[in-house]
Formats: sequence, structure tokens, C-alpha cells
Amino acid sequence: MRFHCITHWLILASALIASPAIAFEIENRRIYSADPERSVLRIISTADLNVFDPILRAFQEQNPGISIDYSVAGTTELMKAIYSEGAIFDLAISSAMDLQTKLANDGFVQSYSSAATATLPTWASWRNQLFAFTQEPAVLIVSDAFFTPDTIPQNRDALIALLRESPERFAGRIGTYDVRRSGLGYLVATQDSRNSEAFWRLMEVMGRLDAKLYCCSGDMIDDVASGKLALAYNVLGSYAVSQQATTNGFHIVELTDFVNVMLRTALIPVNAQNVEGARDMIDFLSVLDTRQDLTSATGLPAINTMSLQENTAFRPIRFGPGLLVFLDQMKRRNFLRNWENSLFQE
Amino acid sequence: MRFLLIEDNLKLAGAIEERLRLDGHAVDHAPTLETAASCMAVASYDLILLDIMLPDGDGRTFLQSHRRAEKRTPVIVITARSAVSDRVSLLDLGADDYITKPFDFSELEARCRAVLRRQGGAADNRKKFGNTYLDSAAGELQFDDSRVNLRNRELRLLEVFFAAPGQVFSKNHLMDRLFSLSDEVSENAIEVYVGRLRKRLEGSDVRIDTVRGLGYRMVPL
Amino acid sequence: MKAHGSIRRRLFFQLAGVAAVLSVAFFVVLRGVAERAAEGTQDDILSASATAIADSLRSEDQGVTLELPYAALSMLGTINEDRVFYRVVAAQTTLTGYADLPQSTTTPNLGEPIFATFDYRGEKVRAVSVSRAIGPVSDATNVVVTVAQTRLGLEAISRRITATATGVGVGFFLLATALSLWAARSALKPIERMTDSVTRRGPSDLRPVESNTPAELVPLVAALNSFMARLRASLSQTEDFIAEAAHRVRTPLATVRTQAEITHRKLNKPEHKRAIREMIRAIDESSRSAGQMLDHAMVTFRADSLTVDALDLNAIMADICDRLGPTADLKDIVIQRDFWNSPVTFKGDGILIQAALQNILDNAIKYSPEDSTIIARVDVSGAITMSVTDQGRGFGGVDTNRLTTRYARGANVDEIVGSGLGLTIADEVARAHGGHIEITPNPEGVGACVSIVLPIG
Repeated sequence: MRFHCITHWLILASALIASPAIAFEIENRRIYSADPERSVLRIISTADLNVFDPILRAFQEQNPGISIDYSVAGTTELMKAIYSEGAIFDLAISSAMDLQTKLANDGFVQSYSSAATATLPTWASWRNQLFAFTQEPAVLIVSDAFFTPDTIPQNRDALIALLRESPERFAGRIGTYDVRRSGLGYLVATQDSRNSEAFWRLMEVMGRLDAKLYCCSGDMIDDVASGKLALAYNVLGSYAVSQQATTNGFHIVELTDFVNVMLRTALIPVNAQNVEGARDMIDFLSVLDTRQDLTSATGLPAINTMSLQENTAFRPIRFGPGLLVFLDQMKRRNFLRNWENSLFQE
Repeated sequence: MRFLLIEDNLKLAGAIEERLRLDGHAVDHAPTLETAASCMAVASYDLILLDIMLPDGDGRTFLQSHRRAEKRTPVIVITARSAVSDRVSLLDLGADDYITKPFDFSELEARCRAVLRRQGGAADNRKKFGNTYLDSAAGELQFDDSRVNLRNRELRLLEVFFAAPGQVFSKNHLMDRLFSLSDEVSENAIEVYVGRLRKRLEGSDVRIDTVRGLGYRMVPL
Repeated sequence: MKAHGSIRRRLFFQLAGVAAVLSVAFFVVLRGVAERAAEGTQDDILSASATAIADSLRSEDQGVTLELPYAALSMLGTINEDRVFYRVVAAQTTLTGYADLPQSTTTPNLGEPIFATFDYRGEKVRAVSVSRAIGPVSDATNVVVTVAQTRLGLEAISRRITATATGVGVGFFLLATALSLWAARSALKPIERMTDSVTRRGPSDLRPVESNTPAELVPLVAALNSFMARLRASLSQTEDFIAEAAHRVRTPLATVRTQAEITHRKLNKPEHKRAIREMIRAIDESSRSAGQMLDHAMVTFRADSLTVDALDLNAIMADICDRLGPTADLKDIVIQRDFWNSPVTFKGDGILIQAALQNILDNAIKYSPEDSTIIARVDVSGAITMSVTDQGRGFGGVDTNRLTTRYARGANVDEIVGSGLGLTIADEVARAHGGHIEITPNPEGVGACVSIVLPIG
């Protein structure tokens, strides 16, 4: 078993933040102090700091007096923190819709509604507890070192065929999420498995080609851009777009058979302390579509029904109890067993 | 004029008889229809005065048989019923006119005169004195070639004089004959009418004399 | 008369009360049915979900395994955003799902889901349990699948239904109230119509009420009609009595009057004569009054049930002139006839019109000086006007409207025999024919002009 999990961020022991009992891992943390400080808004988020920084600053500008304590964690860690360990945060932001849904379903989230949240399309919120503010496709990214624009595969079947044709060329040079560790990866993979039988074939091909497994999109993008990897499958498109502004050497491919589109959601945990601040943030995020400056600065596509309808291959993942299915213990066990069987074939 | 009075109430009949005689009329009284029939069989009358309520029959049946027999004698009904509707039915049955009790004799006389005139006059409707004729039916004086039209009262006054030429009539008598008792009449009214008559008689050989202290009389020129 | 309550108001409140009761019943029933339907829908989906889960149970080497179908849970999210919980228990151990989700103590029979409502994780949930036996018949494992869902969506539906039911109930009530108002009004319309037709009658119209009478009012109307019939009979008896009395009195009066005339003729002293004349005038006055009163009674009686004949008013006027000609002659009064050049046809009661004209002309003769002219005119320019113009003393400036009221007379007629009913009779006749009378001063000098004005056609 070979897998890379390269973190650019310091791994901080949770103990440094809150109670000694806390065991979830924080990848990064930054405090945006306000002066004078009226309140502190504690956010736990899966969004990388460098992506989310402009939004936090803009929020603070609009709401002076709120200090922001921003912690970055993986989707699974975030779930663990709130679901199992009762960590105290005022706001949780994650693109793992299934986990967010489970938090809401199982009673870890408080409801909120306002004029701002009412502007969201109905498919972009659930139970007045989950509020989506971005719609992010899972994409294929390919390295320029391996592909010329006309040789890039445009759908999963073409990708499978290509990988089968030249195993020597791609062996050890393809990457995807380790779904056992990444909640987001698990979500995309399970949705893939629902959408197409090609998913399992692809996993098998990838297994034969000794695919490298990652915890995070950022790492995959870096490795593709640097030419370490020929391609990475199911990378969070918004990160890729954001990375493209500073890094060359890769192309973003939205496959034509279907593209899973995930909604990044914010929720207020029931035990939040600065509820007012959290609500302000949700209001702020709900109208992100009106802040062109922030969407272009972060590369995060704001909620927009029109743009979803433009590309017929887009499959936005719908909220609802259906998302709980793959979180079922037995279901998850079976899925991971299948996945491992596909990827680890020796 | 000669009247046949058919009236069952003897007191009223007597009074009417006496009253009409005062004006020089002849009156036969029949208290029943039967008597009336026998009277009419032996004499002819200028006018019949008929009470409508009679002991031996309704005056209406008399009227009907009278009309059926094509007798020309006019009938004036004396009725105690004054309603317009009664009057219409009476006229329809062939009465020439009607008068309601109690009645003014001047009016009765006027109605008789009108009825007779409509029929062409009574038997003696033309009287002569000297060269002058008084035609009651036409209401005019005739002498030589001239005809003089008379007003009603003038005619009636002249009739008094023509009935008894040369006789002196007192003012009172003339007033009684000329005016209705329900009218208010001034003392000199008779002088006015005598004055008018004298004007009418101009050119004839008849004149009306004043008999001082007594009254007036008609004399030849 | 003091009104004791109002039928309309009572009817309205009763109907509105019924409407209110119906509205409430309607509300309760509608809400009940709709909520049961909504609950039924939730139960059906829960059953479908649980059954789908039960169906995907498999027996494997290690025991029972479950491949949770995606649709089993996603179907629960199709109609609302309620929270979903599930639990699969095989042989008393939780296979998967929420281990703390209460499960019914009795094991549901195969194919017969058990429903329950209870609090779970801070919210009321509706739960369904189905069971299925898995494995070989000899060693089957009984698996119970429980699926639960919160009832927020149901409550939202319930609120919506309540709002709708309230709206519909209130709407129904308002509509029914409006209809009650209308119904109360229209139910009483026949009464109003009859009231109208009775009040619109002349004061002495005693004909039976014959308007379309609803069955309920027939007894009342019959009673009213019989009352009026009795009243009419009694009035008619009174009239007959008056006529008979007049008749009985007239013959002796005639005797007395005739005797008086004879006596008058025989007397010489002016003061004696005057006394007799006064007596005669008194007799004339009473006789004339009785005549006019009878005429008036007759007019009132006939005016209510007008005979309608085609009349020639020229002919009627001529007839009246003929009839009164002798009376006029007595005073050397000339009746000048100024009739319309062609027959004046009019549909009406000839006897009434004769009575009216006779009274007018009789008055004119009575109040005219000797040697004067009375103009009897029939004119059809504009309206039909039958007028009698005299050269008498007029009405002495008395309000001419008042002259048509009973027993009113001019201000200057004390010495003339009359009862003052003549103009009243003429006025009532004119009004019975849709016309009126006009009293104006004679435009050509002294005297008055009394006209009966009738509408053409």
C-alpha cells in the first residue's frame, strides 16, 4: 500500500485549541483579530486558508468587531469534531454534503432563516440548517507533460480505454482520493458509483496502474502541475481553478458523461456560542453570488441555477436523507471493501 | 199645457197639481199605472210626469211599454234616486229627462220647455195677440216680416202676458213666475226685464203698460 | 304600530348561525380528512421505505447483511425535509442504523407494519416497523426494520391545511352569510310585494288581494280578504242605507217644497215670502248635499274598480251641456260649446266622467251671474283638457289645492247652496283616470276655469 498524504500545514494537536479530550486533527489555524473585539467567531472549515482568506477579510470588513478564529480540518476530522467529540465551534463549513446532512439529520445543527437565506434556491439549502454557498464540480486534471489538448480524454470510457492502452505510460502516475480518509473523496466516489458502472471499471484500472491515493485536492493538483502525476481523478474543480491562476502545467477537464457537483455548505452547530456572528456569516455567504470580487478572488463558484443548467453533464448532488445511505455502517463497510478490492489487487 | 202626473204619494201629487195649476197648467193625476193607462186612453197630454216607484209596478216598465207603443208624449221622470248611474239607466229606458225630488218648479218648467222644444212644441205653442205671434218652441216674436229672438226669461215673461192679454200682473207675481225661489233677486229685476220686452216689441202693435201701484199688463197699441 | 322583532333579521341570524355551524363542521371535517390523508401518505412512504430495506436484506455466511438501497432513504426526502432515522435489528442485536432508535416491543407480523409515534432526539417522530425472516427455514433469523421520520413536514402540511380550511371555512361562512342575507330578503319579497300592493291601493280599495300568494301566506291573505269583503259588504250596506234614507226623505221633502212654493205664491208680505224662500233654500241645500255625498260615495266606489270603456269625451261634454241647458236657461246663461273638431276617444269610466263634468258645470251655473256665458271646452293639444270657464266670482283667492278636499268651498259663497263636494268628486275622478284637475282664474276676465286634465291614450 502506497499512499501519499503530504500536508503543507502544520498539524496541530487539538489539545492546543480546546479541551484535552479533543482528538480531532486541525491542519491549520489563523486568527483574524478585530480591534476593538466584540466577539469571536470560531469556524471549523475544510476550505484551505489561502482559498477562503478573501472571504473572511471581506466579512470582517463588513462586520467590524468580530474576530475570526479559523481552523482548517479535513472533512472526516470535522465530522469527528462535531459529531463525536462535541467540539465547540460557531460555524462548520464543509463540502462533504453527506456528512453535513448527517449532522443536520441527527440533530447537531440549529435552524436559522433570514431574508438572505431566503434568496437561496430551494435546492441550495436543507431544513434551514444547511446553507450552500458554492457549487463545485469534481473534475479530472491532466498534466501538460503527458497530454496535448487533442489527446485529453473527454469521458470516463475514453479515460478507461486510454489507461488500458498504455499501462506502462501511466503506471504510478495517476492519483485519486483515499476515500477511507477523505470524507469528500468518499462522497464523490459513492456518487460516482451511483451514477455509472464505469466507476468500478475505472477503479480497477487505476488499481492495476498502482494509483496514488491522496487526502486532499491541493496535493493532487500540485503533483499534476509538477508532472509527478499524469492525471488526477475527482479533484475539487474550484481548487484547480484557483491553483491555475498561479501554477501552470495542467489542464482541467470536465468529463462529458457526467460531472458531480458538490455544494459547499455552512451550518451552525447546536452548541455554538456566538450564534449571532455565525448567522451574520451565513447571511454573508448566502449572497456570495452578488460578490463578483470574492468569487473571482477565491475561484469559488457561487450558487447559480443558470450556470448549473448550462452544462447538461453537471449532476448536482441533492440534499436529502438519500445522502445518509452511504454513511450506513454496513453500506460503508461494503463499499470500502469493494473499493479496496478494486484498488489493491495483489 | 196638459200634464199627466203619475204619482202614488197623494200629498205630493196634490201639491204638484196645485202648484202647476198656479201657473195655468191642466193636470190629471193618476196614482197607479192602471189609472194612468185609462187616463191616457181618453185624453191626450203634452207631458207625462212619472214617479219611478209605484205601488202596482215599476215606472221603468211603464216607460218601456210607452216607448214600445211609439207614443210621442214626452216623459219626465221624477225620481228620489239622484245618482248619475240611475239617471243613465232612466234615459236609456226612454225617459226624455228626469228631475230629482225635491225639485224647483222653475226648473221643472224649464225642463218641460226643453223637452217639448226638442219634440217640436206643445199643441198651443204659438199664441197670437194683434199682429204679433209668440212662438214658444222657436223662442221668438213674429210680427210683419220681422222675427225677434228672445232670451229665456223674456220668453217666459211674454208667455205670462200672452196667456192673459190685458190682465194686470203684479210685480210679485211676475217675479215668482220668472225667478227660481232659490235665486236671490233684486227688487227692480222685473222692471229691467219689462224694459227689455218693450225694446223687443218695438215695431209691433203690442205694448206693455205700467199700471201704477198694481203692476203691468199687455195691451194693443 | 310598534314592531316586535323582524322576521328578516331572525331569518338572517338563524341562517347565518346554521352557516357558522356548517363552517365549523366543514373546517373540522376538512382538516381531519386532510390530515389523515397527509399522515397516511407519510405512513405509506415510511412503509415503502422499510419494506425496501427489508427486501434488500441478505443472508451471508456470517449472518444477515444489508445493502441499504439508496432509494429507501431518498424517497423519504422527496416530499419534505424531515429527519430520517432507521434501525435494523437481527435477533435482538442492531445490525445497522441508529442503535438507540426505540423499536416496538412486539415483533410485527410479516407484511403487517406497526406504526408508532414517539419522541426521539428531541423531536416527535413517526416510526414504522416491518419484519422479515432471513435464512433457512429451520434456522431463520427474524429481522425487524424500523424507519422513523420527524413530522415537521406533516406539521407544515397541517398548518397549511388548517390555514386553507380556515380560509375556506371563513369564506364559506361569509358567502353563506351573504346568501343568508339574500335569502332572508328574497323570502320576504312576497310579503313586501303584497304589502306594497296593499299600501299602494286607494284608501277605499277593498278588492281582495290577488297577487301571487305563497302558500304560507294564503291563510293570512284569505283572512285579510274575508275581512275586506265583510268591510266592503258593510260599506255597501251603509251606502244602500244612505241611498234608501235619501230616497225616503226626498219624497216628503218634495211635498214640503212644493207646498212651500204654493204658499210663497199666495203670500204677499215680503218678510213672509223671505221666510218661505229661506226654508226652500234649506231644503235645496240638504237635497243637494245628499246628492253630492251619494255621488261622491259612488265615485269612490267605482274608482277602485274602474270600468274601462271607449268614450267620446266630446259627446259626454255635449250630453252634460244638454242636461244642464235648462238650468242655465233659467238664469239666461249661455253655455258656449267649444269642442274638439273630431271625436276625442278616451278609455275610462263614462259614468264617473259624467259625474265629474256635471258637478263642475253645475257649480259653474250656480256661481255664475245672470246673463253670462259659460264656455265648455274640450281640447286635445298636449293633454286632454275638459274645461268649464265661467264669469262668476271665482274662488276668492282660496288655495285651489284645498278646494279639492272634501267639503271645502270658496271663500265667498255663503249664500249659495252647495256642499263643497263637487270639486272633490271631479278631482277623484280625474285621479282615478291618471289625470288631475286644474283650477285657474278665467284668462278672459272675471270668473274661474276648472279643467279636468287627462293623459292622452
